[in-house]
Amino acid sequence: MTQEPVAVSNREEPSRRYQLRVVQEVLLALLAKEPAHGYQLRAQLQLALGPLAETMNAGHVYVTLGRLEKAGLVSSERVGQADRPDRKVYQLTDVGRARVTEWLDDTSWPKPAPAEFHLKLVATAAAGLRDPVRLVDAQRHALLAELAAAQRAALAEPDGSVAALLLEGVVLRLQADMRWLEACAAFWNTRKGES
Amino acid sequence: MNTGESQLRTQPVVETRGLAKEFGRGDGLVRALDGVELEVAPGETLAVMGPSGCGKSTLLHLLGGLERPSDGEVSLGGRRIDQLSEKALARMRRHSVGFVFQAFHLMDELTALENVELPALLAGRSPHAARARATELLDRVGLTDRADHLPSALSGGQRQRVAIARALSNDPLVVLADEPTGNLDSAATLDVLRLLDSLRAAGQTLVIVTHEERVAATADRLITMRDGALVEETRLTRGSSGQLGDLVGLEG
Repeated sequence: MTQEPVAVSNREEPSRRYQLRVVQEVLLALLAKEPAHGYQLRAQLQLALGPLAETMNAGHVYVTLGRLEKAGLVSSERVGQADRPDRKVYQLTDVGRARVTEWLDDTSWPKPAPAEFHLKLVATAAAGLRDPVRLVDAQRHALLAELAAAQRAALAEPDGSVAALLLEGVVLRLQADMRWLEACAAFWNTRKGES
Repeated sequence: MNTGESQLRTQPVVETRGLAKEFGRGDGLVRALDGVELEVAPGETLAVMGPSGCGKSTLLHLLGGLERPSDGEVSLGGRRIDQLSEKALARMRRHSVGFVFQAFHLMDELTALENVELPALLAGRSPHAARARATELLDRVGLTDRADHLPSALSGGQRQRVAIARALSNDPLVVLADEPTGNLDSAATLDVLRLLDSLRAAGQTLVIVTHEERVAATADRLITMRDGALVEETRLTRGSSGQLGDLVGLEG
């Protein structure tokens, strides 16, 4: 990870690009109904991600399709076009189809990681380095800045946008984190009163 | 040092210096506010958060001239209000401040439209001008079709939108909102925060006291208070979509 920039919008920083960890599985699943061109798949991903699609590397879909083909999960066929170069149409192989089923049945979930911050508070309090409640306040502000960015992006989406649903997920998870930070503040505030 | 010109351009709408408020005396003395220094720029939305009893509502009351400070200064639009006479203070509140409260405080026997035009009438505008302004404001908050309803026939979210329209009636220098979504369910909260966001976009200066993160997230700037003092400040309007990439699991 590069260092988190402050006050720099993504437009001013084109070098920062993201890729989807599960992009292989997503592309396979999107091909499960019928064969498709790379650009169709890319358009579907863009619709699902909305403003976040901008942060994805444009060539990533094509590179991934190439890898999937080498691995035998998809096959391709060249289709001629009247006044443009040939286009590749990709379709799912049986191995690819099995991989999709495996992915759909997989219930693993990204885990939140509160232990790190919890231990930071405990250590700070034990060593008398700083008021842990102030650390909580600063952390809450950092999360609220993220929530503000997600909410602004969601408000800018048109009604019925599928990408807005993703942004709503960001907002709700951050709210849950902030609820825990509230509990942290209350706990360490009481401790302060006792000491 | 600022030149005179840039001071003029950036003169805050709301400004406090060494603001303090005490309640009670002797052993029962409570310092609700303790030396608050605050500036709110024209067109800025400021959110104030903090645990209950931190002094955030007291701060709002002092900014709007609903209470007087024990010490320090409050200025609105460049004019000191902490030493005004009661009469002048009431006049200032009518003309320069719009209040939005958690419990709406609408007049039950008046329709939505009549509630919204009331402040303009009290400020001495003609019935015709007051009616025209109220009609325009109800349209702005999306309640034109509810103009003739009594508050009892409106949902909580609709009542608060009427209250926000009423707060805008006299083109106030600043709108002060105290827990504007405190009585609302999450769908109505979303309606109100969309409205607050549109006011921000339209350049209305706003100070919102809230415990609701989503409401605070509509602001340009967030401050947190503890024990009567400001302890943390963050500018919220410079997030990047790169940060969002991390949050949804798009990896770098």
